[in-house]
Amino acid sequence: MNDVSAAATRVYDPAGFWRALETAAAWLLGFLWVLPLLYAFWTAFHPAEFSTHLSLTAPLTLDNFVKAWNAAPFARYFLNTMMLVTMVLAAQLVIVTLAAYAFARFDFPGRNVAFALVLVQLMIMPDVLIVENYRTMAELGLKDTILAIGLPYMASAFGIFLLRQTFKTVPAELDEAARVEGCSPLQTLWKVYVPLARPTYLAYALVSVSYHWNNFLWPLIITNSVETRPVTVGLQVFSAGDQGIDWSIITAATLLSTGPLLVAFLLFQRQFVQSFMRAGIR
Amino acid sequence: MLLLPAAVLLALFTHYPAIANLWHSFFSTPRGARKAVFIGLDNYRQLVDDPIFWQALSNNLWYAAGTIPVSIAIALVMAVWVNGRLPGRGVLRLAYFTPTILPMIAVANIWLFFYTPGYGLLEQLLGALGLGSHNWLGSRATALPAVMVVAIWKEAGFFMIFYLAALQSMSPYLAEAAAIEGASRWYFFRRVTFPLLMPTTLFVLVNAVINAFRLVDHIVVMTRGGPDNATELLLYYIYETGFRFWDSAYAAALTMVLLVLLGLAALAQFLFLERRTHYR
Repeated sequence: MNDVSAAATRVYDPAGFWRALETAAAWLLGFLWVLPLLYAFWTAFHPAEFSTHLSLTAPLTLDNFVKAWNAAPFARYFLNTMMLVTMVLAAQLVIVTLAAYAFARFDFPGRNVAFALVLVQLMIMPDVLIVENYRTMAELGLKDTILAIGLPYMASAFGIFLLRQTFKTVPAELDEAARVEGCSPLQTLWKVYVPLARPTYLAYALVSVSYHWNNFLWPLIITNSVETRPVTVGLQVFSAGDQGIDWSIITAATLLSTGPLLVAFLLFQRQFVQSFMRAGIR
Repeated sequence: MLLLPAAVLLALFTHYPAIANLWHSFFSTPRGARKAVFIGLDNYRQLVDDPIFWQALSNNLWYAAGTIPVSIAIALVMAVWVNGRLPGRGVLRLAYFTPTILPMIAVANIWLFFYTPGYGLLEQLLGALGLGSHNWLGSRATALPAVMVVAIWKEAGFFMIFYLAALQSMSPYLAEAAAIEGASRWYFFRRVTFPLLMPTTLFVLVNAVINAFRLVDHIVVMTRGGPDNATELLLYYIYETGFRFWDSAYAAALTMVLLVLLGLAALAQFLFLERRTHYR
């Protein structure tokens, strides 16, 4: 299959001058795309006086990272983000699995209406309902807790949709066979559906983790203390604070806060890209 | 029974807030001892007379009109390039995609530095070309475009992935058949590839529309809606009204406008998608 597709797609691959031109253009665009990041790396790894003039002889230093790390409780922020991401993902997996199973394999009155009500969340995401959700959290007494950051996102319409599609592709015979063997619906779900949907789970998990690692506006609103702030909000509090002028330290802090995600991405980039692709085909 | 946890959470944090929001938009904001009282459409009257609201709405529409087509077009070009046999396409794919996984808040910091007048890389590049210094984020004319560039930069790689997935699932025999028929490369793209990518384009479009109204993290970092409200977007204005001036009733009215806009987008998607894509 691969050979055939390689041969066939080459039919319309550019050749000669066009190939050179397109390669150059593609690389130029790629260079433009990483330029801001390269610049951030340059600034973060060199003393402040070199951040404005690029010279090859500039000494490398880790000072900026040390200063940034000591200037704000980043360790605590990381812990908060880790707890948030883990908690949200764990809750999502359970909730989404149960709901997707119900939508995929059970016929109940009002199923289509219920599913439409779920899909509403794809358009009206919790991100835009900040005013009311803040009010609700205040009434529940959950203001300034990590739970409050994650709670509105736990019943993820996207996850339900994605998993329902996957569950629907599971052959009904397998389901029936499990029932004949005496499995209850929940056992069937656990023993038949969940193992078969593993790639979808991986894809969803990566998308969810990167979404909640990066989320900012809602955590900014609902958190108010070092003990709850995720790293994105911590970074903003830090860089908007008094040290607002020393760019070397701010970029160091920025890279620091994105570091784990960036390293994970570079290590597992194939899985990342494929997961996002899988999540997109529906 | 299986649906219960999802139903409760969805109702509590999606359906209830949307409806409660409408309800609260008819009341005044409680302040201190004064309770919220029913004021009918007063919040909406205030909204109609509020120049900042109109500015935010028009900014947001310009922002959407600017970022959506450009990021989708760039994404498509990227996907075609990365899908082809260009040298180093693995590295290129990585370069295009990396901005997507980084937090907007972090990359906004980097771009803020990039744009800094007299300091940032952009200034130095322009200076080297003999062009004068310019305060990109500080002047009314360039602040919104400068913010839009960041959004395009962040999103194009994300959309590229969906196009790439679609391109890779296309049958290679199509190209062979077209080549035998003597179709040029551009003709093949225009008449075969692009129409076949239509479902992907619509999916990406919907995502792009939502993001244009949902993502304001970079505004918080880079401009705070300034200068002189030039980069005020709807959600950022809601945030300012609700959580910096603590006028929750007026913020509720503003949220209603955003919900109506998103509802219209959903309706358009429903009508369009159902009619135009018969692939499912």
